[in-house]
Amino acid sequence: MQSAVRMTGIVKRFPGVVANDGVDLDVRPGEVHALLGENGAGKSTLSNILTGLYRPDEGKVEVNGQVVNFASPKDALHAGIGMVHQHFRLVETFTVAENVVLGEDDAPFLMNQQAVATRVKEISDRYGLAVDPSARIWQLSVGEQQRVEIIKTLYRGARILILDEPTAVLTPNEADVLFATLRAMVAEGRTVIFISHKLDEVMKVSDRVTVLRGGRTVGTVDTANTSTRELASLMVGRSVEFSRVTRVNRADNSTTVLELTDVTANDDRGRVAVQSVSLTVGRGEIVGVAGVAGNGQRELAEVIAGMRGCSSGTISVAGRTVQSGRARVAIDSGVAHIPEDRLHTGLASSHSVEDNMALKNYRSREMSPFRMLRRKAIREQATGLVDRYDVKTPNTSTPVRLLSGGNVQKVLLAREFSAMPKVLVAASPTRGLDVGAIETVRDRLVEAAEGGVGILLISEDLDEIMSLADRILVIYEGRIVDDLSAVGADRQRIGLTMGGVAQETVR
Amino acid sequence: MRSPVRLERRLEQPRWLNWSIPVISLVTALVLGAIVLWITGKNPLEVYDRILERGFLGKRPIQGTLITATPFAFTGLCAAVAFRMGVINIGGEGQFYVGAIGAAWVGIAMTGQPVGVAVVGMVVMGMLFGAAYGSIVGVLKARFNTNEIITSLMLNYIAGILLNYLIFNSRSYWRDPRSMGFPSGKPITERNEWTDYVVGGVKIPLGFLIAVIAAGAIWVLYKRTRFGFEVGVIADSPRAARYAGIRTRSTIVLVMALSGALAGLGGASDVGDFRHILDAKGLQLGGFGYTGIVVAALARFNPFSTLLVAFLLGGLTNAGYALQGPDFPSGLVGTLQGLILFTAVAGEILVRYRIRANRRRTQAVAS
Repeated sequence: MQSAVRMTGIVKRFPGVVANDGVDLDVRPGEVHALLGENGAGKSTLSNILTGLYRPDEGKVEVNGQVVNFASPKDALHAGIGMVHQHFRLVETFTVAENVVLGEDDAPFLMNQQAVATRVKEISDRYGLAVDPSARIWQLSVGEQQRVEIIKTLYRGARILILDEPTAVLTPNEADVLFATLRAMVAEGRTVIFISHKLDEVMKVSDRVTVLRGGRTVGTVDTANTSTRELASLMVGRSVEFSRVTRVNRADNSTTVLELTDVTANDDRGRVAVQSVSLTVGRGEIVGVAGVAGNGQRELAEVIAGMRGCSSGTISVAGRTVQSGRARVAIDSGVAHIPEDRLHTGLASSHSVEDNMALKNYRSREMSPFRMLRRKAIREQATGLVDRYDVKTPNTSTPVRLLSGGNVQKVLLAREFSAMPKVLVAASPTRGLDVGAIETVRDRLVEAAEGGVGILLISEDLDEIMSLADRILVIYEGRIVDDLSAVGADRQRIGLTMGGVAQETVR
Repeated sequence: MRSPVRLERRLEQPRWLNWSIPVISLVTALVLGAIVLWITGKNPLEVYDRILERGFLGKRPIQGTLITATPFAFTGLCAAVAFRMGVINIGGEGQFYVGAIGAAWVGIAMTGQPVGVAVVGMVVMGMLFGAAYGSIVGVLKARFNTNEIITSLMLNYIAGILLNYLIFNSRSYWRDPRSMGFPSGKPITERNEWTDYVVGGVKIPLGFLIAVIAAGAIWVLYKRTRFGFEVGVIADSPRAARYAGIRTRSTIVLVMALSGALAGLGGASDVGDFRHILDAKGLQLGGFGYTGIVVAALARFNPFSTLLVAFLLGGLTNAGYALQGPDFPSGLVGTLQGLILFTAVAGEILVRYRIRANRRRTQAVAS
């Protein structure tokens, strides 16, 4: 059978990095083909080559048996290849129908709203992509916006669809709907390339899997003949254990390093987001905060890190009350913070690795005596940290936005841990990272706790909290609704309280 | 229809582009200008020769160029300093006026003091007035998150009205009581006029020397100090700045004050170096504040390049005046100047993008 897509010996070099180093990919028509790999394994580069965004330095791309040489995404589209990006390319104030025809080559000057709407409706009915053609994008949920992106590529006649980590933004239910859509598309003879680093969903939705590691193809396997465990070891190059982490020193709860008493704080729109929260974190203790996203986790983290003032209540670090809403005070009193939004909050992304390593201690006497920067000291600090935390970067003056996701997080971790904090607030520290990087981050957290840091781990990933935390708090609508020990914690109970079912009813 | 070439974003910007692109831009402008001149029946080489001669070659042309360049240098630095933090200060114009008001006050009021004291007084007052005026924009932005482009632009008009009021519509301290028919400013005390410094036979206005010192100070401030680091982080991501414990609000106010102070210095130099009065009409005709934005943009907000661009633009302006005549309309001068600015801005694109030939996509259409 002729391949839908065949890429052989693809090499793509970027300054300082070889993103693809002889990648082979062979996709059969009418299958869901998963492209699995860690962040930085070369998945995105490969798909950007296939969609004409980049040109390969070496190698051959064939579509339906013909050698192609795309100069732009338009060329790729003409050959029937469409891509659904992780970050949507939609105009918020336009309607669904308008977005679908936007950028079409031979679009007439005046748009035939009716005809477009009918076609959109037709496509959405056929593949179960429920969306109202006349709705404006900003009115839609993230899941619906993704459907618009898919409709857009189908409308333009794509026979081969590439989806870049499509489930990253979806709820589990939405993901299931998406999988059904993908199946419907392949049933019709279309081909789907599904990029992911989540093993479970790859197992669930794909027919075959190609695993990339370090810019090379490790292998292609039939999903039916493999297991999560095998894929994981192919992906990281060794077998990975997912289990509860055991720590050398158990928490020493006698000394409290972080204490919140009746803290109430507003969100950016001035509504109460954190409601009389009281909690304590002991020395060397990891306290997990579980909850569905948007229940005040971000605001809670920001209040502790001093980025947000509280309207009432007190925060004390190592027994001393700290003024709220002053990040500098929080930093100086020993609070480290790994924010959810790494690239724009935790790091100044256009700045170099070395500047980012010094982002919090540039004020110190070592880095800037008499308020004058010592570039040499800043560089030396960065060189040391890059080494110690194994950050993969061409050099210390590379802007962090050019690093891969895992290395970005390593820069952040290196800076925050090297400041010798008493308290660490970590918000979704492993989100979006690949298995290898997740392991590193978790190891570092455990290591820090063993060294006596009190950690507040805020995460939506219940597995992560269960495997790391000593104690679990459940947050719902800005309140702490449950507080239980992690050992032997009842998942069902946590799940229910996260969903707002009162604790009393659960018991 | 497809265009035969297309622009492709550069993944990195090689260093050699930083000097080669401006050179190529200039050459392109000269070639285009030559075509225009040739069409209108002039000898391009002759015209270029005259531009060089009038603007840049010899002591007298250079002296003239320095005089024209001085206000451009200050307003250019004013725009550059703010833009380095991502703040677009259109208000150099108004801050320039207000600085001139402050300096003129000192220049008129101080009599009998040693010369140096009065000059320092004018410099300081010009900076303080400009800084105060600039920080209005900063405070509004820091406290209420107002758009600095709009507030600073509106403050320009207010400063213009203030100038008119002081000279034309009131019997203010700045107005010369002896000027009856057409009101004008009161001259500053003669011994308070700034002196030129002669270097290699070329008279350099004190103001230009101050601009050179200011550019050096700005470079050090932004490259080598904590404050400069903080400004850079705010420009990159205000959220990251807040996260790192940087006091973003006070930094915004300080940078706007600094920006205003530089424009105010320009105003002080206008009074002390050149006009020796508060010239309400002349200041507003100059449009120095707006030219400064162009200067800073062409210099890519680097303080030293700002001085260089100000000098080049000063020379072009002067040569333009010299060229104008019955057989050489001012529109043609404007065209030549415009071509140079146009290619310089166009060249900017080439720093960030590269041109690729569009191959036909025969192979691509395979189905």
